[in-house]
Amino acid sequence: MLEVRGLTKSYPGIGGSLTVLKDVSFSLPAAAACAIVGPSGSGKTTLIGLCAGLDLPTAGGVRLNGVDLGALDEDGRARLRNHAVGFVFQTFQLIPTLTALENVMVPLELRGQNRVRDQAVELLARVGLAERLAHYPAQLSGGEQQRVALARAFINRPKILFADEPTGNLDAETGRLVIDSLFALNADAGTTLVLVTHDAELARRAQKNIRLKGGAVVNDE
Amino acid sequence: MQTEPHFTETSAPSDRRGFLRHFLSAWTWRMAWRDSRTSRRRLLLFFGSIVMGIAALAAIGSLGSNLERAMAEQSKALLGADLAIESRDAFTPEQERWLRGLGGEQSREISCSTMIFLPRTESTRLVQLHALDGGFPYYGELETEPPAAAEEFRHTGGALVEETLLQQFGARVGDTIQAGNLTNTIVGRLEKVPGETVVLAALAPRVYVSMDDLARAGLLGQGSLVSYHAYFKFGSDTDVAKLVERIRPQLEKFRFRPDTVEERKRDLGRSLDNLSHFLNLVGFIALLLGGVGVASAIHVHIKQKLGTVAVLRCLGGSVAQTFAVYLAQGTALGLLGAVSGSALGIAIQTLLPRMLADFIPFSFRFYTAWPAVGRAMGIGFAISLLFTLLPLLTVRRVSPLAALRLSYEPSPARRDPLYWLVSACLAAGILGFALMQSRDWRVGLGFAIGLGVVFGILTITAKLLMAVTRKFAVAALPFTARQGVANLHRPNNRTLLLLLSLGLGTFLMMSLYLVQRTLLAQLVASRIQNQANAVLFDIQTSQQTDVVKLIRSLDLPVLDDTPVVAMRLSSVKGRAVESILSGENPPRGRRWVYRREYRSTYSDRLRDGETLVAGQWVAQVTNDTEVVPVSLEQGIAKDLQVGVGDELTFDVQGVPVKARVASLREVEWRRIQPNFFVVFPRGVLESAPAMHVLVTHVSSGEESARMQREVVRTFPNVSIIDLTLVLQTVDAILGKISFVIRFLAMFTVLTGVLVLVAALLTGRHQRIQESVLLRTLGASRAQIFTILLVEYFSLGLLGALTGTSLAVGAAWLLARFVFHVSFVLEPVPMLAALLAVPVLTVVTGFLMSRSVMNQPPLAILRSEI
Repeated sequence: MLEVRGLTKSYPGIGGSLTVLKDVSFSLPAAAACAIVGPSGSGKTTLIGLCAGLDLPTAGGVRLNGVDLGALDEDGRARLRNHAVGFVFQTFQLIPTLTALENVMVPLELRGQNRVRDQAVELLARVGLAERLAHYPAQLSGGEQQRVALARAFINRPKILFADEPTGNLDAETGRLVIDSLFALNADAGTTLVLVTHDAELARRAQKNIRLKGGAVVNDE
Repeated sequence: MQTEPHFTETSAPSDRRGFLRHFLSAWTWRMAWRDSRTSRRRLLLFFGSIVMGIAALAAIGSLGSNLERAMAEQSKALLGADLAIESRDAFTPEQERWLRGLGGEQSREISCSTMIFLPRTESTRLVQLHALDGGFPYYGELETEPPAAAEEFRHTGGALVEETLLQQFGARVGDTIQAGNLTNTIVGRLEKVPGETVVLAALAPRVYVSMDDLARAGLLGQGSLVSYHAYFKFGSDTDVAKLVERIRPQLEKFRFRPDTVEERKRDLGRSLDNLSHFLNLVGFIALLLGGVGVASAIHVHIKQKLGTVAVLRCLGGSVAQTFAVYLAQGTALGLLGAVSGSALGIAIQTLLPRMLADFIPFSFRFYTAWPAVGRAMGIGFAISLLFTLLPLLTVRRVSPLAALRLSYEPSPARRDPLYWLVSACLAAGILGFALMQSRDWRVGLGFAIGLGVVFGILTITAKLLMAVTRKFAVAALPFTARQGVANLHRPNNRTLLLLLSLGLGTFLMMSLYLVQRTLLAQLVASRIQNQANAVLFDIQTSQQTDVVKLIRSLDLPVLDDTPVVAMRLSSVKGRAVESILSGENPPRGRRWVYRREYRSTYSDRLRDGETLVAGQWVAQVTNDTEVVPVSLEQGIAKDLQVGVGDELTFDVQGVPVKARVASLREVEWRRIQPNFFVVFPRGVLESAPAMHVLVTHVSSGEESARMQREVVRTFPNVSIIDLTLVLQTVDAILGKISFVIRFLAMFTVLTGVLVLVAALLTGRHQRIQESVLLRTLGASRAQIFTILLVEYFSLGLLGALTGTSLAVGAAWLLARFVFHVSFVLEPVPMLAALLAVPVLTVVTGFLMSRSVMNQPPLAILRSEI
């Protein structure tokens, strides 16, 4: 499902270029769950950004769902994201002007699909928010916002889901509820899961752990 | 959970569609509507800034169409006849026979400037006396009260007197007036004469009498300023233009000046065009200023939406899809602004005809000119869209990575080729409209360049201010002042936008004001310098000594006593004038300089306000001098294509006088004193028939009235101009003009205020967050107040300073090169502007930020998020 080969990312700086990711390689089969762990500044977010085609590497390459991301232009990568990728962010990243229901419908609407309301309502009900359809993000708690984000991530039945610190902004109890929902949806839809986390317990629930330090893989188990 | 796969070829073609299909898709507009939920009111206010400009364009455009239509409908009433022929001399029997031979229905009119005396109110006034014979006007009518008076005065005698004159002296129908030897009864109040404006009547009020009455007045003496008109009404089968071409040689021989409906229409059309172009430019400036407001609004709006754009891109939205959403918002608001602006314009245009009525020589019905309104709407929408596109391009450069990293910044706009393309389109759009609005392409280009220079200087000033405050932060300043100054250069500052809107608004208002004051000051200055405020003219040589005696007996000074001798040119550089005018290459456009009557003087010294620019001044010659050395005004010398040393021959009332151009003079024409094209030395013209112009000074209205009464009673042919009255009239006319200009400038000012509000709102969110943080950390309301005061006052003051300085420059250029007068700097209104603009900025700023000071921090945070 995901194949990463010799991935390197450098940024130009005042005193020369800064390499934030060095020669990272790994692969994940379909429906697997993988946790990327490591201290702050170790390159975790950069790695999933590159894996999801949000940015281009300085060297190396990524194959996602059998497609070489380097061979696609920005709109091609966007199309791939729309059809094969789901996202869950640490800061939820709901669109503040849309209701919970509208936020969930957006990925399908971007494809040009109409009549997606029922699917969105069903997903929101699955994450326990059937009564909160017309609420705006500012009217929801952090846990509720993250569950809306989960429903949005799964509405396009992604082949792979990237979650960046999904419980980072939540208390332990709410975090656990969100993670349970995440794994349940993962199991139901057979989605490959890539998690960035500091949470050792959460990392243990994944079949594969990749530990990063200073931009390089120090442990891949 | 889901039973069918989502990823199918049929459901995924969105990004393959062209941008236009994205733009037109229902989802784009639905998303645009949803996305605007929290910012609709603010966006509407921003787009309100283009409303004024569009309203001005729609109102002015519609007025132009109204005038054109009325002019076409009433064109013949502009002249009152099919053909008018004017002469400065009475028609000779030969000329009269020739005129009669032209056929059609005919009328004669004689008009002259003269004094009238109203015995009941004991007042005197210089008027334009018209004597009519025949049925003129043939088209349109003399509007009088009572209406029958328009015919009555021709047959049974009596006078029609201008309404303004009656009001001025408290006179009424039934009173008597005296003009020369004639005592007449006022039989009617004159309200409107075909083809003449009320403004013209204010300078020289008209009195109509019959031809017989004029003869009885005995005013047509030697040297008086008299015009003779013959009016014609032809049948519909006569082509007047062809007739005039056919008789032109004879007209020139007789030194007659023809006037036709077509020529009058052309002249009037030109001046109305100029009026409407000028007004349109004022509207256009308001629109451009509004455009700046729109651009700033979209800039801030998009900045707040970068997160949403990044999320949409993360979720698979293409660049075209996300761009289409925000373009849809800009388009919808632009359309809304255009429609509201046009509606406001239609409402306002009902006022314009009333305001301009005094400047337009016909009355007209008002109707809404839809093509003009549509045009204003189109231009407004296009300008708004172009200004919207520039900041909107940022959306295309938002990376989906920004959803993961909040600090991610889009790449600079300058690297985007579309940014340059849109900028070029914007510049071309502005230039194109400026050219479209100007009769002369050079004026349009000059206007666009001038506007560009003003924008450029204001931008540079803003950038300099930011650089200076960043580099030279004064650590010794108190904390609040330091914060206020730092706000001028911090990220998301409003320095550029506020300086542009405040500076441009101040610049426009002050330029108009300074030019008006310069023109008025010129008149007032002449009066003070000369101490002369009353001019007596048409004094016969035989009366000159007695008039001087009379003036002195009234304890009034004789400040100037100038003889005036009427003459005509008979040859230039050895070529007869007739031969020049009918030769192979007759001079075009300057024919009048050969045909006109020259009212010349003789003097042994240069007069006040004259400067010798070439040759030598000759003070006196002996009366046997064969070729008289004369001095020419440089403009007339240029028109006659003569220089120092060239010979001219004048016909001084039948006596040929050979002259040589000995010197050229620059004359300050706007001085209120007799000025001359040709000045002879002493020793030649003393024995020629002359009239005299005498200048004196009266210290009060009563003294002026007493002097006028005495002079008119003893010398009825002598005319007097009371400059105090002229000044009052000119002031009133300039007041009317400036009211119209100020009314139009009001659009610009209102737009400026809206842009000011918009500019202050752009940074409001950030300022509120900062202020709340400061308040949370313990800052008092007074401290927050001081920080905002320093920021707003600095911006207001610098905007006013830059705008005023630019206005001084522009007004100086206009005074020097357009009006040819000395520029007058008036410090008081400038100081008033320097105070008013910062105060307005501070007050508006505080009104925008009052919640920060009045509410607890948490309440503000909740309501602002």
